[in-house]
This record gives sequence, structure tokens and C-alpha cells, in this order.
Amino acid sequence: MNNKLMVSSSPHIRSKETVSSVMRDVVIALVPATVMGVVYFGLSALVTVIVSILSAVLWESFYNKIAKKQNTVKDFSAVITGLLLALNIPALSFNEHPIAIFALPILGTGFAIIIAKMLFGGLGQNFINPALAGRAFLVASYPTLVTGSVFKESNFMPVISSATVDTASYATPLSNIKAGASYGADLMQGLLGNTGGTIGETCAIALILGGIYLIYKKVISWKIPVTFILTVLVFTYIFKFCGIEGALNRNYTELFYGGLMLGAFFMATDYASSPVTPIGQYIMGFGCGFITVLIRIFGGYPEGVSYSILLMNLCVPLIDRWTFPRTFGHKSPAKAKEVK
Amino acid sequence: MNLKTFKIGGIHPPENKAITENKPIEIVMPKEGATMVYPLIQHIGKPATPVVKKGDRVLMGQKIAEAEEFLCSPIHSSVSGTVKDIKPTLALDGKTVDSIIIENDGLFEEDPSMKEIPDWTKLSREEILTKIKDAGIVGLGGAGFPTHIKLNPLPSDKIDTIIINAAECEPYLTTDHRVMLENAERIVEGLKIMLSLHKGAKGYIAIENNKPDAIKKLASVCQNIENISVISLMTKYPQGSEKQLIYAVTNREVPSGKLPASVGCIVNNVDTVLAIERACCKGRPLMRRIVTLSGDGANNPGNYQIRIGMNIQEFLDQVGGIKEDVSKIISGGPMMGKAIFSTDIPFIKTSSAILCLTKETATLPPESNCIRCGKCVSACPMGLMPLVLNQDALSGSIELFDKHNGTDCIMCGSCSYVCPASRHLAQTIIAYRGEVLASKRK
Repeated sequence: MNNKLMVSSSPHIRSKETVSSVMRDVVIALVPATVMGVVYFGLSALVTVIVSILSAVLWESFYNKIAKKQNTVKDFSAVITGLLLALNIPALSFNEHPIAIFALPILGTGFAIIIAKMLFGGLGQNFINPALAGRAFLVASYPTLVTGSVFKESNFMPVISSATVDTASYATPLSNIKAGASYGADLMQGLLGNTGGTIGETCAIALILGGIYLIYKKVISWKIPVTFILTVLVFTYIFKFCGIEGALNRNYTELFYGGLMLGAFFMATDYASSPVTPIGQYIMGFGCGFITVLIRIFGGYPEGVSYSILLMNLCVPLIDRWTFPRTFGHKSPAKAKEVK
Repeated sequence: MNLKTFKIGGIHPPENKAITENKPIEIVMPKEGATMVYPLIQHIGKPATPVVKKGDRVLMGQKIAEAEEFLCSPIHSSVSGTVKDIKPTLALDGKTVDSIIIENDGLFEEDPSMKEIPDWTKLSREEILTKIKDAGIVGLGGAGFPTHIKLNPLPSDKIDTIIINAAECEPYLTTDHRVMLENAERIVEGLKIMLSLHKGAKGYIAIENNKPDAIKKLASVCQNIENISVISLMTKYPQGSEKQLIYAVTNREVPSGKLPASVGCIVNNVDTVLAIERACCKGRPLMRRIVTLSGDGANNPGNYQIRIGMNIQEFLDQVGGIKEDVSKIISGGPMMGKAIFSTDIPFIKTSSAILCLTKETATLPPESNCIRCGKCVSACPMGLMPLVLNQDALSGSIELFDKHNGTDCIMCGSCSYVCPASRHLAQTIIAYRGEVLASKRK
């Protein structure tokens, strides 16, 4: 034997899973929700999704070029950020907002990729969810375009869009509930998602399917989404039975409205900005759920999912540090104290 | 039947055992004129002291190095022949170790000290322990801890459980499996010998359920033996790790930094138990062991009984060689085995397998950024946080590494295996763990 032998430290085998295969699974899991968004909101939704993904990828390549770093777009994480941002903003009407329909995703992904992700060191180093940071940036900069009353209702599915949809065509179910209406109590409509909302958040069935796929493929653990959703359910009823004014017209159907499913399965579980410890993941889910309910019932916004996740993102380093698992053979958990 | 296993962590790498699990053990003997090399350290502890000198004629089974220190084990010649030299040679892990070099005369003339013992039950406890010590038996699973010390713990540690480790959780490896199928009765006899040293102790043979034929075979042998039972384990890596195995079988947690004896347990590998039986019934020292030759680069994968001290290249030549494009040879399993840089080294007591991997299987993907997916945390069987320990190690903080219990790492490699970013987690942690332990000893 003439060739030299390779020598390396054990282990000598690796699982087939790679960062891009994990990220690809997330993209696959988002396909149903994206398709339903396009079905409900039409061509402009499709344009938003495409522009958003493309601009996210281009922003990341652009940053890597300027920073003279290896291009990281192949790991698919920019695609996810672009897609998630698109799913988190509403589809605008071509006639009314011909520029904004392109500008919103481009600016949003710019903030998400450059400020929230790459400046902190890229994938895995971002302390908040980039797509949500991009959305928060857009909400702060263009509140009337991103929230409020400009949601365009599609007439793509006239069979499902009943009279109730028409009457609510320019508002989300949650803002109606906030205004005191009992509209939104229709479970089927929440599940199918033919209502107002952002592109990707309305069809709860599609999102739950995607979430189950991710849990089945072990891309995410069930801990964060399930605790998140259950916490929202439990606290909505606690406030309702306590007779809090803003909670009286709420019930379990609220789980299927607004961004809860999208947030619980796809945003709160973002690897870099969620805890890695098992107990930490329960805390993350609980915190997100609790803050969501607080914002929905007591806050100024009709919806609180994205801000609750962003707030909890900031607590993740602390949560991780406090919830070190117990090492086998030790009585108490490892000390995570900083050493000076 | 409810299957037992350990609770936290664990992974399921592809087993690749089908390649060799149905191949009966073949005996491979060194050829006449072959050079046999016996490193003086083939175990955990201090090196043995040579009792032969250059030019001496030695017989097969003759003690050529004596254990003079407490944590040490003697070494025997596995052939008859002439001592050519005693000099430092390259060992498996890249270190140079003083070794006794013997030229095989091909006669395999037996040392008269090897006498069959008609009834071991007549031997006293001390006699049995001396026989095991004199036979040079060490843990053959890979660690190489001298068995006579393991079997004779402090009197304060009352042993009530003796476990035969037949989990064989490493991919590719099938030696324990074959030994169990071919020598079931003798393994049970060996376990009886160990149980006789500890009154009232119960014996368990713990086998993963990917070896149903071995479970069946041993269960039928143990049928009417009151204090021995066969335990089926749910297949999961690293079940063969002592601490994990003890937890799976007895639900007891070995405290950090303590030996299994502190929870009343002794764990021995299947092949070790067979060596004990051979020492106490046949009066023969440890001269041979079973190795699996496997991997996609081996021409003739199988299970082979080899002589300790035999040159690995000579062994490979005798069993059909390896393919042209082999680019990595591992001594041991793919998870914890050591990659060797030359085949011109001898088999030692703890070599359990030779894996030949072609370039395609051996090449690992490049490292990329940690994405904080937490898969390493869920895979770690010790409840550690490999991603944090990796950072501690890379930043060189002994204090933090120690605080995060990095020294409790059992070096199983599960974290590196699952990492989608292919980070060298186990690699950095194992290397740094060594440094931290060394600095603690100072």
C-alpha cells in the first residue's frame, strides 16, 4: 500500500444530516402554508414571496462579498428568512401599492439579513429571529401598510368565502375580536384560513401539517410549539373566567387565528434564538404564550405573537444559562456561572 | 418482554453488522519467522517489567513481562521463539513504547506452566484472583483495565451485581456476538467464577436486541441457573459504556468520578469473561483475542481469532488484504476507535477490530458554524452541553470547562455524530478533557 492513511480523532462516522438538509426540511414544511397564502391572496402574494426570498439571498451574498467571507447562501437559511418574512407580511394590492409590494420585502429582508443576522456573525449567532426582526422593522416603519386595514381579500375561493368574510374583508379576525365583536368564533374558517391576515398565517391546517412534518423529521422538538399553544389556550380561559373585559368574547378558536401557528411552529423554534436545553424550551414556549395572551387581551395591538417571540428571544441566553441539564452522576445541575 | 436501556441521550448510527455477524470465528496464526511485538503497556496503568532478555528462547504462554506495580498486568508470549530485542517501537496511538520483540519459530511449543485445572470450585478466592492476574487479563472491551483489580474492589464496596457487557453497541463490531454464539457455555462458566468471588451477587448478561440469536442461546444455557439472568437491551449507542449499561440494567447511577464498584457493580466484557474461564479452567494466559475485520475497504471481512503481538499487516495479508483505495484504517469501532497511520504495528490486548474505510466513507464533511440546534444536547448520554464545552475548549478556559462538568465526558462521540454543522465537538472536548485532567493531577 503506497498511499498514506488518513488519521483523525474519533468518531469516524457522521449522520447524513447537514445544515442545508435541515433547512430544506423547514422550507418543505412551509410549502403548504405558502401555497394556501397564494390561493387566498392571489398573485400579489406570490410576487411578495418570490421577491422576499430572492432579496434575502441577494442581501446575504452581498454582505458576504463586502465582508470577504465565504458565501453562506447554500445553507438555505436565507431562503427560510425570506420566506418567513413574506409569510409575515400582508399581500398588498397591485393597483394601490405598486411600489410597496416590492419595497416592503426588500427592505424587510435587508434589515433581517444584514442587521439582525449577518452583523452578529451569521447563522447561529443571531440573538433574535431575523424574519421577525425584519417584520418588526416594517411594522415600525410602515404601520399602515403592514398592519391595520389594508388587507386585501381575495375572491379566489368564492365557495368558502361566505358573507362573513365580505363583511370583514379589510380587517383580521383578531382585530375584530379586539373591537369587541364575536366574529372569529368560526372554527372551520380559522382552520382553512380564508380570512384576513398576513400571507402565511391564516391557514392553520397547512401550518399544523408543516409543524408535524418538522417534529416527525426531528428538525424541531414538540416542546416549544406545544407549550406555546397550550399556554395561550389556558391563559385565554383563565382571563375569560376571571371576567377580564377583553377576554370575554374569546375562546379556543383564537388558537387558529392570527400568527399563533406560524409563530409557534416556525418562528419560536428558530434554532439560534431559542434555548437548547429541554427545560429552557418549556420556558420559551410558556413565555411566548403568556406574553401573546397579555398583548392580545391587554395590549394595544390585536396580535402579540411576533413581539412575544422577540421578547423571549432576548431572554434565551439567560434561560440557557439557568437551565443547564443535570450531568449523569451528579446531584445538581452543572454550574453555568461566568468565570472572571 | 420489556426492553431495558439508559434514559438520557443516545443515538442510532447505522449498524453495519450484517457484513460480519454471520461469519464464524476463523483462527489466524502468525507464520514461521514472523516478528511478534509485545508493547509493555497494553492496559491502563504502569508498564510491565520484562523478565526475559535478548537471545532468550521463550515458549508459548511463558510470562515475558511481570506486573511489579499495583495497577499493572503481566504479558505473555503468544508464540515460541527467540527474543530478538527489547526496544521502543511505535504503538497504536502514535506513542513509542518499550516492547519485547520475539521471532516466531513456528513450533508453538507450549510452556509447561499451562496445566488444565480439573475443578476451579476447589480453588480459593485468592487463588482465583492470582490466576486471573497471572494470566495477564485486562478489560478486552477496549479500556484495558486490569481485571484482577476490578474483581477485587475495596471491602467497603459490597458487590451485589456482576454484569457481562455484551451490548456491543459500536457499529461494525461483531466479535462479542460471535463469541456468545460459539462459546455460550464457557461464558456462563466464566461468570460463575466471578460470582464465586462475591457471595450473594447476581449475574446479568446484558445483550442488545439486535442480536436475538445470542439472547436465545444464552437464555437457554442460563435457564436453570438461579443467580444468572439474560437481559435484553433496546439497541442504542453508547449502551456498552459502563455507566450507561449499569443504569440500563440496575437503574443505579455511578456517581461522577467513581468506579462501578461504588454502586455495587462489576462490568466485564464477553471476551474478558471467556479469558477468565480459560485462565481458571484451562490454566492458559491471555495470548489471543477476537477481532472483527470490516469496513467497505476490506476484501475479506469477518471475525478472526488472532495472536496478541501479531503484526497487523501480516494479519491483513493472511486474510486477503485490503482494497487499493483504503484511506483510513481504524483500530476499534468507528465511534471510539483510533485511526492508525501505519499497519506495521502489533495487535495488543485491547484491539477489538480493524476497520478499513475507503476514501468515500472516510472523508468527513467540513466544519461550519454552530446553528444552536441543540441536537448534541439531546444526544449526550451524560447530560452535558457539548456545544458549550466546545466553546469552553476553544476559548481555552479550564475553569469553565470544569464547571460545566467537561471531565465527565465519556468520549462516546455521539455529539459529533449528530451535529448537522459537522462541528468537531467530541474531538475538541476529548482533547481538552485530557489537558484539564492532566492539569488537575499536578
